[in-house]
Amino acid sequence: MQGALGAAPPLSVFEKIWNAHLVTQMDDGRDLIFVDRHVLQETTSAQAFDGLSRAGRTVRHPELTVATQDHIVSTAPGRDEDTNPGGLELLRLMRANAFAHRIRHFGVDDIRQGIVHVIGPELGLALPGCILACGDSHTSTVGGLGALGIGIGTSEVEHVLATQTLALARPRTMRIRYDGVLGKGVTAKDVILYTAGQFGIAIGQGFAIEYAGSAIRALPIEARLTLCNMSIEIGARLGLVAPDDAATDYVRGRAFSPAGDALALAAARWKRLRSDGDAVFERDLSVDCNRIVPQVTWGTSPQDVIGVDEYVPDPGSFADARRRDLAAAAVRYMGLVPGSTLAGLPIDIAFIGSCTNGRLSDLLEAAAVVRGQQVAPGVRAMVVPGSTGVRLAAEALGLHEVFRAAGFEWRDAGCSLCVSINEDIVPPGARCIATSNRNFENRQGPQSRTHLASPATVAASALAGRIADPRRGHVA
Amino acid sequence: MAPMPLTNVNTDAIIPSPWLRFANVDLGRGLFGAQRYDAAGQEQPDFVLNRPPFRSARILLADENFGCGSSREAAVWALSQFGIRCVLAPAFADIFYENAFRNGVLAGLITPATLAALLDTIGRYPDNPVFQVDLPSCSVTGPYGVRHGFTVPASRAAALMRGDDEIETTLRHTDAITAFHARAQAEQGWLYPQGTAC
Repeated sequence: MQGALGAAPPLSVFEKIWNAHLVTQMDDGRDLIFVDRHVLQETTSAQAFDGLSRAGRTVRHPELTVATQDHIVSTAPGRDEDTNPGGLELLRLMRANAFAHRIRHFGVDDIRQGIVHVIGPELGLALPGCILACGDSHTSTVGGLGALGIGIGTSEVEHVLATQTLALARPRTMRIRYDGVLGKGVTAKDVILYTAGQFGIAIGQGFAIEYAGSAIRALPIEARLTLCNMSIEIGARLGLVAPDDAATDYVRGRAFSPAGDALALAAARWKRLRSDGDAVFERDLSVDCNRIVPQVTWGTSPQDVIGVDEYVPDPGSFADARRRDLAAAAVRYMGLVPGSTLAGLPIDIAFIGSCTNGRLSDLLEAAAVVRGQQVAPGVRAMVVPGSTGVRLAAEALGLHEVFRAAGFEWRDAGCSLCVSINEDIVPPGARCIATSNRNFENRQGPQSRTHLASPATVAASALAGRIADPRRGHVA
Repeated sequence: MAPMPLTNVNTDAIIPSPWLRFANVDLGRGLFGAQRYDAAGQEQPDFVLNRPPFRSARILLADENFGCGSSREAAVWALSQFGIRCVLAPAFADIFYENAFRNGVLAGLITPATLAALLDTIGRYPDNPVFQVDLPSCSVTGPYGVRHGFTVPASRAAALMRGDDEIETTLRHTDAITAFHARAQAEQGWLYPQGTAC
């Protein structure tokens, strides 16, 4: 309340949510914050449960915890837990640990299964203003709903299981304002890739980022999820968009969302979750969206990105010596010629999916490009829905028929070629254009070459057999 | 101390994802797997950790944004199981930094000038790149007494030296956690379901 003695200090939306979750301050100055939702996946939780058992501890709030299987699951149509033998140990451990600790578990046989960051919003587990933790660096995805998603390591997973809290140094505040209007064929994916290109992959280190401005307000929620998803690719553990009516509308009617009077109460609270006009950000940046064209990465870091019609840079053009060396190594690894355009570069694989771009709106965007056309000969094109819910919703709209008719594989939900820890990999030397989030060396398999782009760009490229500009219709 | 003067070394590089398929495996063998081994699994003789004396390195000298990308704590486990007890770098990625301390691996911040000086020292004494890290004084001493400082929050250094269990430390605040949950549940029942799942 603001009294006669002066106004309360202005706060950013991040600070409001953080403060509302402050349990206490630790002796060492770190904040102990309460975690409202803890989402588990099979590749970062087994050792946490081991540690818990060794110490004789229990899960403090199983009712605030859910588990799913996503990273190492087979995505073969009709798969089950046994389809990928290499994943069996971790999948069984996830199921057994969840059962033993009375945690809800959405396994591959459950229609609620999916990539952690896709099912959080989809099932109404992630809500505006809540703090959600998960042992995965893309947890910031839920920032698109105005939640604080904190990506954590396995020791911290164990810490949340045992205490339902995290002990963290309070992140510094940063805002990126996006003004202007996104052009035709330009999506949230292009916006965040462009941001990485402009500011680099370490700009967000130690910060919580608020994405703001008229161009962000204009984005539908799923596009905001895409944007916030890649906060870690610019160095930030946290990124969010202040919740608005669109967030409330998105939440309504989902499996675990509040309904009726409870939703009205919740929505009234969420309305207060916006940055005060005079809130101070330690770092304040801006982006002119009118300048953004469809983006494609050329190198081995998300900051190595250019417009699809621009030229692969000459490594010698970078002023910083270390960047020059990295660029030279990246160009070599990617098998590129400096000065050539990415558009026209032949591809072997096109991958649509992941926690970045595996939601229904992404599949609709890709299907609009693909409808009635054919994947180029020799290209393996695949769609991996981000969740079983997304797959079923897409099938209800007939999207699977659109993709299959064009020559795409229509697979079951999982992380697949984004992390390539299951059996889905890009062969050595092959070139893949992907809607995922990391183009690191060897990420999609040993010696794999990855170009990151939007669903529309990947779809257009699959049809052309070459990296293609989604603003130009496919010419056979 | 092994030098790795590369910026933006990501955790996929530190421990490639195929090594994450198992709950119990010697991750030290997988450390920097894609660079350390060729396609046939043979050691790449040029890679720093394959070259004596760096094969037995206990300290890794790294550059900015070390440990970026994936949250995989296996990156720290791989370093630790290889034998690395301390990483010195001008900046660490946020999640890696947390993971390091929780596994008893010291992540010490150095200035770019110190990085350059340490690289220079290693270059001048290639056969004897033996350095000693002293946590109480936050210093690293090289051959012939060359000494540099690094930064680590005093509370973290103390916790490392005591061998604190982070969960135990937090559980001392159990009353505050219980009170927080009770209050939050009273105010926002819709966010905090009663009872257990299943």
